[in-house]
Amino acid sequence: MGAGLTGILLLEQTLNSLQFGLMLFLLAAGLTLVFGIMDMINLAHGSLYMIGAYLMATFAAATGSFWVALPLALVATAIVGAVLEIALLRKLYERDHLTQVLATFAIILIANELVRIVWGNQSLMLNAPPGLTGPVELPGGMQYASYRLAIIAVGLLVALLLYFLVTKTRIGMLVRAGASNREMALAMGVDIRRLFTGVFALGAALCALAGAMLGPILAVQVGMGENILILAFVVIVIGGIGSIRGALVGALLVGLVDNMGRALLPIAFAKMFSPPIASNLGPSLSSILIYVLMAAVLFFRPQGLFPARG
Amino acid sequence: MLSLSNLGKRFGGVVAVDGVSLAVAAGEVHALIGPNGAGKTTLIGLISGALAADSGEISFLGKQVTRLQSHERVRAGLARSYQITSIFRRFSVLDNLALAVQARSGSSFSFWKPVASEAALFEEARFIANQIGLEGKVSLTANQLSHGEQRALEVGLALATRPKLVLLDEPMAGMGPEESRRMIELISRIRAEVTVLLVEHDMDAVFRLADRISVMVNGRLVATGAPQEIKANEEVKRAYLGDELAA
Amino acid sequence: MKKAALILVLLFPLAMHALEQNFYIGIATRMLIYAMAAASLNLVLGYGGMVSFGHAAFFGAGAYIVGILAYEGVTSLWIAWPLAVAVAALAALVIGAISLRTRGVYFIMITLAFAQMTYYVFVSLKSYGGDDGLSMPSRSTGLGFSLSNEFAWYYLVLGLLIMILYLLHRLVHSRFGRVVEAIRENETRAAAVGYPVYRYQLLCFVISGAIAGLAGALIANQTSYVGPSLLHWIQSGTLMLMVILGGVGRFWGGPVGAAVLLALEELFSGTPLLGAWSLHWQLPVGLILLAVVLFAPRGIAGAFAKQPR
Repeated sequence: MGAGLTGILLLEQTLNSLQFGLMLFLLAAGLTLVFGIMDMINLAHGSLYMIGAYLMATFAAATGSFWVALPLALVATAIVGAVLEIALLRKLYERDHLTQVLATFAIILIANELVRIVWGNQSLMLNAPPGLTGPVELPGGMQYASYRLAIIAVGLLVALLLYFLVTKTRIGMLVRAGASNREMALAMGVDIRRLFTGVFALGAALCALAGAMLGPILAVQVGMGENILILAFVVIVIGGIGSIRGALVGALLVGLVDNMGRALLPIAFAKMFSPPIASNLGPSLSSILIYVLMAAVLFFRPQGLFPARG
Repeated sequence: MLSLSNLGKRFGGVVAVDGVSLAVAAGEVHALIGPNGAGKTTLIGLISGALAADSGEISFLGKQVTRLQSHERVRAGLARSYQITSIFRRFSVLDNLALAVQARSGSSFSFWKPVASEAALFEEARFIANQIGLEGKVSLTANQLSHGEQRALEVGLALATRPKLVLLDEPMAGMGPEESRRMIELISRIRAEVTVLLVEHDMDAVFRLADRISVMVNGRLVATGAPQEIKANEEVKRAYLGDELAA
Repeated sequence: MKKAALILVLLFPLAMHALEQNFYIGIATRMLIYAMAAASLNLVLGYGGMVSFGHAAFFGAGAYIVGILAYEGVTSLWIAWPLAVAVAALAALVIGAISLRTRGVYFIMITLAFAQMTYYVFVSLKSYGGDDGLSMPSRSTGLGFSLSNEFAWYYLVLGLLIMILYLLHRLVHSRFGRVVEAIRENETRAAAVGYPVYRYQLLCFVISGAIAGLAGALIANQTSYVGPSLLHWIQSGTLMLMVILGGVGRFWGGPVGAAVLLALEELFSGTPLLGAWSLHWQLPVGLILLAVVLFAPRGIAGAFAKQPR
């Protein structure tokens, strides 16, 4: 393998990692806020991601335009999230973690089934917007999908906006205060209930954004939420519960390790081991890499890389 | 019996315990007093093994225990009661005590024989219930006891491990006069069998029970001596006792 | 109540045979197997207070061992089943040893992560089915009579279940069981009274994993097929729902919950009650479970029991 080829491979994988990591960040950010502020484990977060993708596909088909459908899907999912929080999830804040896990797990089952009822069992078509369907030539002569670049751009933009929101605005300060010390935030006279609903709706919108953007690449189908949810939890454990910065670093790290692992390990193994071993060992090892990473972080720094809590 | 040398502990930037050296003699009731936040509970935590010391050594019955975990120190004869009641709330009083007795009577890696058949355990548990004054309430759930009774059970759990030294962390916390009186009696009864290191705010109890008193202020030990000496000690009076005694 | 249930369970296959509804015997056997799996989870979850979200790892590992061995020609249950239990116990030892160093939500997360790891390891074994899973040519052999006879299979499973439940009964009432429950109630106090908490929790975890492994071996035989869904965290969640439905920490919580949940599944997916909607049985089941979790956390067995002791 020539040096040029390796360089291109590395660049491609880095960009893929960035793309996936940023989308994962969108999910993780909402999740870590809910967990950090409301101390609630919400397994149904993945369902919001799924609903966001489904709504996006539906609106895109109805309006014929990706860019018109996107804000519609975000708002609609945010509303779903807010309703879910007010009607149901509020009851769980005071309960123990086991109850939260089980209740939100039941919500996953219900959500999956509702989606099946409304949209059927087949996966939905969601196409990249025209203009972003082709490849783009990067410096060095490499071709890369323009849509994936768009995802990276959107991801970075949102990360910047979130950073701005959380560090420079009053609402952001309240959110951070709540994440590090809920009692103190309460004492400060914050209307906790509305803050919680707002945080939840924001998280839902972020999920929808990730679902909508990833829809053209991954399949829009029932159960898509569960797979990515686990990754999101790994991210926030690594990054530190309650910390947006941690969610970003964690997501990029996970995206990097996962992508690079899957792409590079089999190749490395093929060079080192015989084919039957490599073909069995390579994929299984690369799948478990991020979990090994999480276990390592938990072992050495149990609070995560950027713990928000004092 | 217990000897602390230069014990230190900090939490972040706060020094909770600062170079404390203290000796507790066998058979005595040694009281530890001091204003709130002086570091008394932290010190108890260091002695019992709940907290790891940053510096210094702890020696118990001649052995170094600084590196031992809590359960190992308990096995060595060092037991503790908590300032905030820490009992098995949903177990009965008898089961609470039986559990503690079970810990030091043979292995609990026993999977077949029902505990209910071990009469000896429960007899011992009843005996301790007697000692702490809860003999009529053994079948009640710990939750159902009054605050004072729960504090007594708290002490009972420490006693049930048949310790040589028991650390009592504010046993009278939150008690009214009648309950306090009973607790004082309890401690008087047990002093014949165990050495006691007592952390308390209730000065009445302290002066009635203590053979010696140590005073902690801001993480440091400022005085140790017989009760009369402590009462007369100017520095102590200034730092702490003044208004307590005048009241 | 218990006597009636026992008689029902013992005579069920005969009744079904008489009614010419042999199909239901298979369903009942499946309930018995999940009863065992749920009971094993109840040990760590209900009695031990350890919220392990990775129980599917042990259940599935046990199943896969049997499946893989059958694929390689080893069908004797005298080899396959003990091996399944041993592998599951070993997995529990490793996973428990690391996870039990953490507490609270981190414990839940790390057990979940380990379950996922196990899932990916088995799924990526292309030679053993990968995504599609592995079919077994027949049920395990070695008993002198064929286990493809639904009757024989039912009673064998029932016998094993009764044995396991009996062992669990002795366990929870023994010294060990007491200590495990005490640790659940107040871990600090248990340590302060002289118990090495970690050791007890780990042993409890391993025992629970071993039993789950046996249940896994049985489920592999039940359908003569092992698939990755057995190892998925959704499976872990389902087992947890069974336990809470039945009554977490109550002795019969596991079996009752498994029976009720599977019965609900059968009811909603099989009957003409919902007509064309019977495909969507997960919806009413999910709703019922949500209601139970929110409003009746003591579960079914809890509702029937006397006041908490």
